[in-house]
Amino acid sequence: MTVPPSRGVVLRLNGITKRFGQLTANDNVGFALHEGEVLALLGENGAGKTTLMNILFGHYTADAGTVEVFGEVMPPGAPGAALAAGVGMVHQHFTLAENMTVLENVLLGTVPLWRMGLAKSRGRTRLQVLSRDFGLKVHLDAQIKSLSVGEKQRVEILKALYRDARILILDEPTAVLTPQESDALFDTLRKAVARGLSVIFISHKLHEVMAISERVIVLRHGRLAGEVATRDTDRHKLAEMMVGAEVTLPRAEARTPGETLLQLADVSLSAEGRRVGLDGANLSLRAGQITGIAGVSGNGQAALADLVGGLATPERGEMRLFGQPVQTWSPRAALNAGLGRIPEDRHKQGSIADFSLTENTVLEGYPAPPFSSSGIMNWGKARHHAEEIISRYDVRCPGPDARIRLLSGGNMQKLILGRVLEAGPRIILANQPVRGLDIGALTYVQERLIAARDAGAAVLLISEDLDEILALSDVIHVISEGRVSPEFPRGSKTPAELGVWMAGQGFDHAA
Amino acid sequence: MEILDILMTASFWGAVLRIASPLIFATMGELICERAGVLNLGIEGIMVIGAFAGWMAVYAGLGLWPGVMVAMATGMLFGLLHATLTVPLGLSQHVVGLGVTLLATSSAYYAYRLALPEVTSPPRIEPFQPVDIPVLSDLPLLGESLFSQTPLTYLALATVAVVGFVLYRTPLGLALRAAGENPSAVEAQGLSVTAIRMGAVVAGSGLMAVGGAFLTMSAFSSFFFEMVNGRGWICIALVVFGAWRPGKALLGAILFAAFDALQIRMQQTPLGAVVPYQIFLMVPYVLSILALVLMSRRAEVPEALMVPYNRGER
Repeated sequence: MTVPPSRGVVLRLNGITKRFGQLTANDNVGFALHEGEVLALLGENGAGKTTLMNILFGHYTADAGTVEVFGEVMPPGAPGAALAAGVGMVHQHFTLAENMTVLENVLLGTVPLWRMGLAKSRGRTRLQVLSRDFGLKVHLDAQIKSLSVGEKQRVEILKALYRDARILILDEPTAVLTPQESDALFDTLRKAVARGLSVIFISHKLHEVMAISERVIVLRHGRLAGEVATRDTDRHKLAEMMVGAEVTLPRAEARTPGETLLQLADVSLSAEGRRVGLDGANLSLRAGQITGIAGVSGNGQAALADLVGGLATPERGEMRLFGQPVQTWSPRAALNAGLGRIPEDRHKQGSIADFSLTENTVLEGYPAPPFSSSGIMNWGKARHHAEEIISRYDVRCPGPDARIRLLSGGNMQKLILGRVLEAGPRIILANQPVRGLDIGALTYVQERLIAARDAGAAVLLISEDLDEILALSDVIHVISEGRVSPEFPRGSKTPAELGVWMAGQGFDHAA
Repeated sequence: MEILDILMTASFWGAVLRIASPLIFATMGELICERAGVLNLGIEGIMVIGAFAGWMAVYAGLGLWPGVMVAMATGMLFGLLHATLTVPLGLSQHVVGLGVTLLATSSAYYAYRLALPEVTSPPRIEPFQPVDIPVLSDLPLLGESLFSQTPLTYLALATVAVVGFVLYRTPLGLALRAAGENPSAVEAQGLSVTAIRMGAVVAGSGLMAVGGAFLTMSAFSSFFFEMVNGRGWICIALVVFGAWRPGKALLGAILFAAFDALQIRMQQTPLGAVVPYQIFLMVPYVLSILALVLMSRRAEVPEALMVPYNRGER
């Protein structure tokens, strides 16, 4: 194989199989991790990566197969055993107690329960050494809830290092990080590997896998789809292995736009719970046109999305819908006007975790036929609608009666996309529509948005990913500190020029 | 002013501590349960069975302290029932809690009738007697009230200190608090959420039972029906009032007891001759509600309180 024989196997999975009801999440998966290597585990959402790692760590019990750490078979379903054997896991959803301090979270479970005293000062000294050695800066007495996402992740890594982990498993570690934070994480991982630790890096971001890993294992539909040394491959080949077919990222071709459907004229909004409000924004959404909003996150995107989506009304300025000034504006009014919303946070705003897929598909359309009449729900119609969305939008799930929390992010987003597009919207608010999605789901969502544009919808695309904005948008605005730039037609500005606006510089000249 | 006169008497403050003692025990018990993430509505019934069991043990010939141990063990037994149903089986904590209260209360009454079928008025036992702390009890006002109490009252105050120490200064307390904040954090660190939560409920229930036993073994000298009289529910409110912190909860218990002691004395003033006594009875509860509203606004509720933890569930 591609790994020098001198490096021993630290971890081995043999024939792991795991089923959730009718869904087979892992089907006879096996591989080995060698000392001092970064192994990337690549796969689409729902390919079974997270399940596999949860079995490895003992959170789930596998239906078949074994886990060996340093040659010893782990008892199934016992996280304590994996921890004691030197496996540390950084979960995608952090396992931190929010109302407790960093130090307390790290010390939890490291001191025998019946001992008096927490040995806080010794823990503090050790943590300071670790955080210096691995470049993990974090304030030890801060409460977890006051930390940024990147800092929380550092705490998770510190937790593992504090327990002398020899194997680090990171589940989608960069999904929630800014590019700078990701770079810092990679530095930490390189330092860890240099000290002989072994790392499993779970991701679906190809450029990261190429940057950090030595070897890549690809999972597809719960099965092992391939294994390759990183230097023998490239992004394109990996994408193919992951999806099982050739991949081309969608690009929107130029179109002539139609009439203006929604117009913001000098609209302002105060911050009020958001990080930034809006400051005299001018914007026109036209039929058959994708309007891209580029900008670093937290620069007024939330305010803009709230405004268009009906969660906020302009404090100054005017909003015109189909040429008429908007009198009353609310989420319901927006829906009735034919607005489709793909919210930024599909878990918090886009779905109700413990509702079924059927219930989630009619969350917006439920008060009107065909889903209800005279105030009585027609669940048969709703269920049929859900089944249609599941098949048309390729939502991989156990069925329309399953709770939506069982779905991976990509499949959840496809269901939300189906809910929006099947309602035949005239205006689509797509706020970070592909955040956290793998390449298969990403391509799919983008293609559907382009198709909706071609069918005559006005699309407002808000994204932090400049490449996505450039590939899809007919016109681009840049948003910075609540100010919205003039409209730039497709191709009129280079990424570097847009970057200047994103840094907030062009506005002064324009004013 | 009559109120001021009342506040300046040693007997008033002595009564406050006496009334507060059972509340302190039970509030600490409930606080432990809730800090671990389990709401224990069995508290009212566990106090009843504790009151009965301690008293019965002494009546049957055991000493006072062994009687307290019997009360505690009985409470822990019902706590174990509660914990088994709510923690590993993950049943609704409301339903189980109310069920345990009904079961424990009825069991106490049933056992009372079985043990004393012929009795019209309950027999008395020789209760705990006040113990003067040397020197301190000679202090004016304070000495008579604070340092001339029964041993159980001193124990109640010590319990607050112990609970506070364990929660904030020991690894056990850290794990317990984490189980109430985010059980998956506990599991990810290789500890058993089930064991921690069950242990907390059992231990907490033991304290509740001692709170009940205070009534029959220290405050009064016999057991009669309805003697717990909603004190358990007050303790649930006191935990919220105390924002899930032992020190603040102690303050709440003393405050409530003070209102209660005050209203009894107010009934004997000229004002009491005019105002219906029910109004006075109501005062502590009304003031408690007001205090709750004011105090608990910024409270940090344990995030996983009342959320059953099921391993392996997404």
